[in-house]
Amino acid sequence: MNADRITEKLNILADAAKYDVSCASSGSKRQNKNKGLGNASNGICHTYTEDGRCVSLLKILLTNFCIYDCAYCVSRKSNDIQRAAFTVQEVVDLTINFYRRNYIEGLFLSSGIFKDADYTMERLVLVAKKLRTEHNFNGYIHLKTIPGASDELMHEAGLYADRLSVNLEMPTEQGLKLLAPDKNRADMIKPMGFLKNEIVQYAEEKKALKKAPMFAPAGQSTQVIIGATKETDQEVLHNSDQFYKKFNLKRVYYSGYVPVLSDNRLPALNTAVPMVRENRLYQADWLMRFYHFKVDEIVNPSHPLLDLDIDPKLSWALRNLHVFPVDVNKADLQLILRVPGIGLQSANRIVSARQFGKLNWEQLKKMGVALNRARYFITCNSPSFESRDLTGTAIKQYILAESQSKYLKNSSIQLNLF
Amino acid sequence: MTTLIYDGSFEGLLTAVFEVYEHKLQHVKLQKGEYHHTALFENVIKVLTDTQRAARVLKGLQQKLSPIGLQRLYAAHMGEIEGEDDNLLGFIRYVFDSAYNVEEDYGNRYVMRVSELVRMMRREKHRMEAFIRFQELKDKTFYAAIEPDFNVLPMLIRHFKNRYADQKWIIFDIRRNYGIYYDLHDTQFISLDFATVNPGNVISAYDEQEGLYQTLWKNYFNSVNIPARKNSKLHLRHVPKRYWKHLTEKI
Repeated sequence: MNADRITEKLNILADAAKYDVSCASSGSKRQNKNKGLGNASNGICHTYTEDGRCVSLLKILLTNFCIYDCAYCVSRKSNDIQRAAFTVQEVVDLTINFYRRNYIEGLFLSSGIFKDADYTMERLVLVAKKLRTEHNFNGYIHLKTIPGASDELMHEAGLYADRLSVNLEMPTEQGLKLLAPDKNRADMIKPMGFLKNEIVQYAEEKKALKKAPMFAPAGQSTQVIIGATKETDQEVLHNSDQFYKKFNLKRVYYSGYVPVLSDNRLPALNTAVPMVRENRLYQADWLMRFYHFKVDEIVNPSHPLLDLDIDPKLSWALRNLHVFPVDVNKADLQLILRVPGIGLQSANRIVSARQFGKLNWEQLKKMGVALNRARYFITCNSPSFESRDLTGTAIKQYILAESQSKYLKNSSIQLNLF
Repeated sequence: MTTLIYDGSFEGLLTAVFEVYEHKLQHVKLQKGEYHHTALFENVIKVLTDTQRAARVLKGLQQKLSPIGLQRLYAAHMGEIEGEDDNLLGFIRYVFDSAYNVEEDYGNRYVMRVSELVRMMRREKHRMEAFIRFQELKDKTFYAAIEPDFNVLPMLIRHFKNRYADQKWIIFDIRRNYGIYYDLHDTQFISLDFATVNPGNVISAYDEQEGLYQTLWKNYFNSVNIPARKNSKLHLRHVPKRYWKHLTEKI
């Protein structure tokens, strides 16, 4: 292996792959088999980049040559950048050797489209096949499925990979039309439908017969870029909700657009990455998946944008003050989960602990409840509680005044502008 | 106030519990380590670890706690976390003094504290699973040095054995001076005497490919960073500085 050449390729093809935010290595059940290498049943972030994102997988493109010309993508055909391509064996060697040193949980392989969809997909599948069959590799493999590739190839991909994903790229059809005129939303959705059916079918077989092969045991995910077009949070979240429901997606990732190209259809090059908005979208996504919130409760026609200064749960609470105060010693778990400042873990602790005796402020604080927010919304076994009849605006002001927002710096810059 | 001094072992802790109940002690302080004649007016008892007494206390705990609850207590103690002995003793006394299983009574300060200790241990274990970096030696053994905050090495065996079944490896805790060695079949605890090992020999003992993969990994780590999203605070929260010296990508 030529050390300089491989280093150069890795730099180019890792750099091109980094805008894909998915990094999950959890959710699979793949165990070590026949004393081989690896185990994909954990989900571990092995390190974090200086931008604070987790590094769990070797995330690379097989090649950044591409026949498409999508405006938001660094690898687009008309962009004047260095191009490179790995051979199948090079990717296999890198994966195995990184894995043996405990650098990574596995491989996330994507690719620019060269020649056509089938030709590209075939090579991605070949890497996964080689790892699984020749090297008895049981680590995590995430493959991008290329829209337009044949069902046979998709099927084969599912037999070797833990997770498959198709990126929707833009949250709305109009957005995609504008920025990627050669692409078509229906083509992206089609493989999702195919894979969903295969996953369901194999899971059924696996239930009946333990020896049945696994098929993409960690399911499917997708990614949408936000802030590149003018979509509202309501559109973004409704879109996600649909995909969670229709295609059993495990995750929808939101990638704040990083201005890399100058194009009059896109935000200007010096535009800031919408990191706060991205964060709020993830919080809203969590509320839908783990806190039993319906998408309409978070965003709706009268409230189409998420607040940037407060989290979506607090925002919902302030719009629904009639639900509060909640008595933590009596209320259902579902309702306790809706209290700002109480997370999944503390909600479960409260429900366990109150069987032994009524809880007071001191105990709630020890259990991890963020009282600076929660105290406006709950009562407990203490004589003192928030007795003023405060309006939503007042509560918001009190909370903002005494919390050290991690985004405080950003907002003060905005204030200075005016 | 009575101070109980014990040897730091789990059996020692259980024997101390036995003493508390046998002598009907009320206000007790529990300490690891050696007996020192320091405080003149203090009542100090040295606990001699007694496996039979420990077994009786263990049996009692098994009746009062679920198997998981007992395992959690064991893990909380194994970490050898400074200054927590009184909380562990407090927990055990609360368990014995209650008529029913109280392991989920998070309103009680001892139960809550044990739960926090278990979380600290679990987090440190998880960090080690993430931050261990193996280096390949000439004889194809993969070696990693660690310095975890708490004693979590025994909790790592299963994870690494399940993962690296086809390579020999050593994980060595240089702070506590012991390690685990996996020889393709089983694991065993080992100790190395670094005083007699010449560091020069250790470096030349690396496999010739090792340097290349370390360079590739460092390059990869830098390539995937997005400078426009720089967030040092978040980076530091996830990868605290004290772990850097064993992280290939941060050296």
